[in-house]
Amino acid sequence: MGKDDPPRIPSSEITKEEAYRARKDNPPPEEAVDPGTSNAGPASEDIRRYFEERQSRRSFVKQLAMATAGAAAFGGGLLAITKSRGLTPAPEASALAPLEIASAGPSASPVPVLGPSDPQTPLGSVTTYNNFYEFGLSKSDPAEHAGSLKTRPWTVSIEGECHKPKVFDIEELLKAFPLEERVYRMRCVEAWSMVIPWLGFPLKALLDKVEPTSRAKYVAFTTLLDPKQMPGQETGVLDWPYVEGLRIDEAMHPLAILAVGLYGRTLPNQNGAPIRLVVPWKYGFKGIKSIVKIALVEEQPKTTWNGAASREYGFFANVNPYVDHPRWSQATERRIGDLQRRPTLMFNGYAEQVASLYSGMNLETFF
Amino acid sequence: MSGVKRSDPYAWLPWALWVGGLLPGAILLYRGLTGDLGANPIAEGLNACGELAIKLLLMCLACTPLRIVFGWTKQMRARKHLGLLAFTYALAHFTVYLGLDRLGDFASVPADVAERPFILVGFLALCLLIPLAVTSSVKMVKRLGARRWNRLHSLVYVIGILAITHFVLRAKKDVTEASIHGAILAVLLGVRIFDKVRRAARTAQLQRS
Repeated sequence: MGKDDPPRIPSSEITKEEAYRARKDNPPPEEAVDPGTSNAGPASEDIRRYFEERQSRRSFVKQLAMATAGAAAFGGGLLAITKSRGLTPAPEASALAPLEIASAGPSASPVPVLGPSDPQTPLGSVTTYNNFYEFGLSKSDPAEHAGSLKTRPWTVSIEGECHKPKVFDIEELLKAFPLEERVYRMRCVEAWSMVIPWLGFPLKALLDKVEPTSRAKYVAFTTLLDPKQMPGQETGVLDWPYVEGLRIDEAMHPLAILAVGLYGRTLPNQNGAPIRLVVPWKYGFKGIKSIVKIALVEEQPKTTWNGAASREYGFFANVNPYVDHPRWSQATERRIGDLQRRPTLMFNGYAEQVASLYSGMNLETFF
Repeated sequence: MSGVKRSDPYAWLPWALWVGGLLPGAILLYRGLTGDLGANPIAEGLNACGELAIKLLLMCLACTPLRIVFGWTKQMRARKHLGLLAFTYALAHFTVYLGLDRLGDFASVPADVAERPFILVGFLALCLLIPLAVTSSVKMVKRLGARRWNRLHSLVYVIGILAITHFVLRAKKDVTEASIHGAILAVLLGVRIFDKVRRAARTAQLQRS
């Protein structure tokens, strides 16, 4: 043993491992002098117990306070950084002006009657769960923000390949065509659906009025472009204005309507006021809202979602359970209000009326 | 006689994290049961649980980078609980999908998963979280040894990348939100890579000298 070596410690003096670990994991407080160890004896035992109880009570209260404050801060913080999903109250039906439905004359259009499995979706859902990116991306945004849209005065210009192009005032349109109620299924490309009692008139009635030329092969629709009224147009999420299109035979089909109301009342802004397209056998995004221009054209027009992602959203966009979206199945859908999904029907259940429009077409290519 | 037993001054932390962390879930459940989640409550609940899982996972992943950059250590006590909370919400997210979204139509699950690869990506992330949740206790760290435990738990970055991919792929068009989360993950991962490279360089230098 050299001179500089440390003195040997007898093994009896080495701290036991458990004791070392216990102390390491649970170090004694630095500040408090342990009152129990200084003087053994009955009196000091009482003092010790007194301190012990007082301290444990105090520390319990302190811990409880910290836990409560911490939980409130953490929980509140989490709620603040996750999207607030406050519900927008649905507009009162009475706040929407009633519209006059034409007395049930013999309608030119054979409107299929919906079965008992298709109850109408409540007005509250129809008016608070909307895709209308001009007012924001979440479903509740349109109900919340569409108040900035001014629907009067409003004109719709019908132009292009027709003999009598004309700019219609919205009031004039409302008077020119008797309004019919059409209860249609509405199938969104996102695999949810509704049943909506629309008020409107056949698109054909309007097109006939301007007398399309033989070169009118397609109909192109345009939404209002005004970022002041439609704040979503300040963002670049889609190319504005929103544009849509139909082939002329689709546009002339009796099921295709221009809607100006729902549930017997004026169309709420979030649903596309004052006038929108409804094509019930196609995915909902074809139903362009707040229309200002309808042009008869020779070439297939550009459409917004097709332009944004042509692989995912076709020009035709017919509801088809056999042709899936590249990122999700279109075989089933959730009817708003239902718990269980239901199978999606070919052409949204309107195959009998519209399938002939597409005979001989490969619906997987022309989706 | 060890005298006054000193209790852990941070004993309140797990309580605060669990009570606070489960609060949004409890509110969601209450709103779902009272019909206050809007027209499509299942989609709402599904999205909310997924969003909470990703946010908590990112918080969990932020603990170590905060130590590296600022030298803070207190947040390390929260790491395990944040990770377990993320796992809890991921499990809830999965349960809502399987138990509510596909209720009575389990046969559609394989087709749905095949059609929507992002579901598979999310499912993989959830599966990888399981071994981490199981080995989250101090006891398991000891049993596995710190080295092996650390290596296993570095999986959490793979999980983070999978979760963000799942988030990006599900978007219909707007990926802003998913991209913000992705950017945060990239920064957190970047800090760790930078730290690792720097430490390796330092070790090499020490070995040379």
